[in-house]
Amino acid sequence: MIEKQVNQKAWFMVLPVFLVVAFSAIIPLMTVVNYSVQDTFGNNQFFWVGMDWFRDLLHSERFHDAFFRQVSFSAIILCIEIPLGIVIALAMPRKGWGVPVCLITMALPLLIPWNVVGTIWQIFARVDIGLLGHTLAALGVDYNYTQDPVAAWITIIIMDIWHWTSLVVLLCYAGLCSIPDAYYQAAKIDGASRLSVFRYIQLPKMQRVLLIAILLRFMDSFMIYTEPFVITGGGPGNSTTFMSIDLVKMAIGQFDLGPAAAMSLIYFLVILLLCWVFFTVMSNIGEERSKGGA
Amino acid sequence: MDFSWMAWTKPTATFFAIIFCLLVTLTIWEIKIPGGAPRRGILQFETTRGDRLFISLLGAAYIHIFWLAFLSLSIWWALLIACLYAICVFVWV
Repeated sequence: MIEKQVNQKAWFMVLPVFLVVAFSAIIPLMTVVNYSVQDTFGNNQFFWVGMDWFRDLLHSERFHDAFFRQVSFSAIILCIEIPLGIVIALAMPRKGWGVPVCLITMALPLLIPWNVVGTIWQIFARVDIGLLGHTLAALGVDYNYTQDPVAAWITIIIMDIWHWTSLVVLLCYAGLCSIPDAYYQAAKIDGASRLSVFRYIQLPKMQRVLLIAILLRFMDSFMIYTEPFVITGGGPGNSTTFMSIDLVKMAIGQFDLGPAAAMSLIYFLVILLLCWVFFTVMSNIGEERSKGGA
Repeated sequence: MDFSWMAWTKPTATFFAIIFCLLVTLTIWEIKIPGGAPRRGILQFETTRGDRLFISLLGAAYIHIFWLAFLSLSIWWALLIACLYAICVFVWV
């Protein structure tokens, strides 16, 4: 084994990154922590309240509901986007002119900014002028996302699927393309069925990219703000008020900086825990693989 | 530089000072005994000292949150439990 030279001076090279992260993330986060234990009436005057905001928040129905909506939204879109992404990636061609066509088509929704996607769907789903809403109404379907919570949820979920399934598709496709032909040839010789090829070759080889896709989609959906805000504004009522929307309402709408800071920290901790779990699982899969020599 | 806009309080400053001291301690520990002391504990995956500190801090945050959510006793008990939890993490994880 080659002995690596240890040179701690290299850490100084990381210093600029540390300063940027401190400026853009650590200091703001510290400020949020400071806000979460105080109350303010503006004019930069703060009053110590201790853990009261956290206690209030953890017992508030409004927070429970927003949290439940956020978790439900992430769970629903993951349950749809991941299998759908795999199916589309499996159906995509591996050779010929179809490859660039499919790849570009898949990449298009990803290039559209969030607020534009929200606006597109806000108009598209309207019963009076939108193609989707008008068509559904003409077919006799009782659909109005501005009044019916179920319709609002369906609209936001379909919008998210439209916007982000492509990401899962592209990641899965990259995973599938990395499988050497020898695996398929061996499967053919063994007379493996299409399902067996998927179960024993394609799915294990896609495991890492799938975990990345799940992590990315989870994080993105758990922090979703712009699209539902543009489409429904959190309504009808509070039916699509996710944690992110509620947080902005509390912090900027009501100027309740203390409770909003407490909510941000709980929100942050949930994301941190889940990301750590995903990261640990991902790293361990990689480790086991390298040990197994696969 | 004026940091009054950050609305500092003594308890939060102490909190961050402790975290900072923990990081410095770990850095010194790493310089003295390099390698991070990786091992496979009860969680069945490899953890280094840094991982164990992270697990301790994250766990401590959750212990406090659950304490506030379900119990009305003093928060200092949660801190005590979090410290015991951190010791357990450093010993067994």
